[in-house]
Amino acid sequence: MPELAIRLRSIVKHYGEIVAVDGLDLDVPEGTCVGLLGPNGAGKSTTMKMLTAQVIADEGELEVLGYTLPQESKVARAECGVVPQLDNLDTTLTVEQNLRVFAHLYRLGRGERKDAIERSLQIANLTDRRDAKVDELSGGMRRRLLISRALVHRPRLLLLDEPTVGLDPQVRQELWALIDALRSEGTSILMSTHYIEEAQRLADTVTIMSHGRAVAHGRPSELIVRHAGREVLEVYGPPARLAEVEAGALADGVRTRRTGTSVALMGIENRDGELPEGERRPANLEDVFVLLTGEEIA
Amino acid sequence: MSSIHAPRRRRRLGRLERPAIAGVLVREITNFGSFWRATTFSSTVEPTLYLLAFGFGFGALVSRVNGLDYVDFVGTGTVATAVLFSSVFPSMFGTFVKYQFQHTYDAILAAPVDTEEIVTAEALWISTRAGTYGCVPLLVAIVFGLDPRPDMLLVPFVAFVSGFGWACFGIMIAGLLKSIDNFNYVTSTVITPTFLVAGTFFPLSELPKWAQVLGNVNPLHHTVELVRHAAFGWEGLVDLAHLGALVLFALIMWRFAIRALTRKLIT
Repeated sequence: MPELAIRLRSIVKHYGEIVAVDGLDLDVPEGTCVGLLGPNGAGKSTTMKMLTAQVIADEGELEVLGYTLPQESKVARAECGVVPQLDNLDTTLTVEQNLRVFAHLYRLGRGERKDAIERSLQIANLTDRRDAKVDELSGGMRRRLLISRALVHRPRLLLLDEPTVGLDPQVRQELWALIDALRSEGTSILMSTHYIEEAQRLADTVTIMSHGRAVAHGRPSELIVRHAGREVLEVYGPPARLAEVEAGALADGVRTRRTGTSVALMGIENRDGELPEGERRPANLEDVFVLLTGEEIA
Repeated sequence: MSSIHAPRRRRRLGRLERPAIAGVLVREITNFGSFWRATTFSSTVEPTLYLLAFGFGFGALVSRVNGLDYVDFVGTGTVATAVLFSSVFPSMFGTFVKYQFQHTYDAILAAPVDTEEIVTAEALWISTRAGTYGCVPLLVAIVFGLDPRPDMLLVPFVAFVSGFGWACFGIMIAGLLKSIDNFNYVTSTVITPTFLVAGTFFPLSELPKWAQVLGNVNPLHHTVELVRHAAFGWEGLVDLAHLGALVLFALIMWRFAIRALTRKLIT
């Protein structure tokens, strides 16, 4: 049995009538990066908050780094780093002060703090901005600080909740490099995201969530082959034409996906019969996502 | 490397741990470094204004109250006002802002810190400030002629205990209310009456019976009495009862604050 950094079994969480998480199973093997992919409202954030016991599950088993939650959450939290979706840095403090506060919150000893802060400054690439107030930093710098703050105590497990949401493409790539480096150093990572490309690039395995459940789990390449096949035919045309193509595909047992201007026919690589005119392209994770969650990417 | 079956360390951390409280205090104190000037300014100037306005305004009409110079009476009384204002407002607004706008508690709760430790640390820090700022009116009164006594050295301690209760009250309110606008109801119905009917500006003995009864359950009244007795002479068991009331108020508010904030933070 592989060692698991996170193990969730049949987790259920209600908020009144609303079922936020509905029988979720999730594994994060140690030393791997798992992407938790799903549309808004799928239960990703609720799940992330359960891992720090800020949300308490109604039912199910939850283990983090071998500790049972919520009872042993405090010990588990000491060995986890959390990067929240919403920036909660202390904006009137300097970069270094923010890191120092967290060195204390994570109980680093007097002798360890200085080195830990220097290491985090280097990870964030903010060594020369250490005395800058957070207010004065750019969005990308703030996010780098937010991530490096979560690493100040060298956690074994890193929880990233939508780590690059709302950032420029180039800043996003910078952060991907940072996260990838952590993964290659052996830190276990659970990353929630609704960016397909982010999951495809960083995650060893992906769990796709929809309506509070895991609807698929596996390596991105496996998921693509299993659900969308190898090749996709993208057919363009006026709405009436698209409806006709969809109806034909349905009759032939071909899975389809509608985008604004086209219909995509999945897994056409083995079909030698009549196919409509269109552009062939390799299947991707986005196709799987849309097929399984029934939702388009924003 | 540990496996899921064999965690490598003790499995549970205790409650109210010193390192957790220290961590939250470090955060508070570091942040205070960026706004202490403004806080100190208002905490010093406001009670001084009350003291001057009432002391010399009313003092011109009433020269003595309960056998004391009116300026001395008000000077000792406004210690409680300073304690109330420097504890209840920072805790109400500070807690709400940290929860709602800065998401600070999400960050802290992700670390090995529980809500109980957050509340305790924040109340300790605010009451330390209240204990310090509470002395300002006394110092101003001394400048205006109040005789210093060694027993006055206990005033910061009284102010600390009272400030702890009010800080917890403020945290509880922030935990219970959904909108910062609703704080106005609490200010009008609780804080202003508390501040007026505490025996600060006039003795409770002049009030109707029902108001005297209410005044006696007012923690701020117990604060006023203890400060006056430190300045003009203790009254033995009566003062122990006053102190007991303050300690009880602080303990009850502490538990209520923890409960209210836990409900808000842990779902």
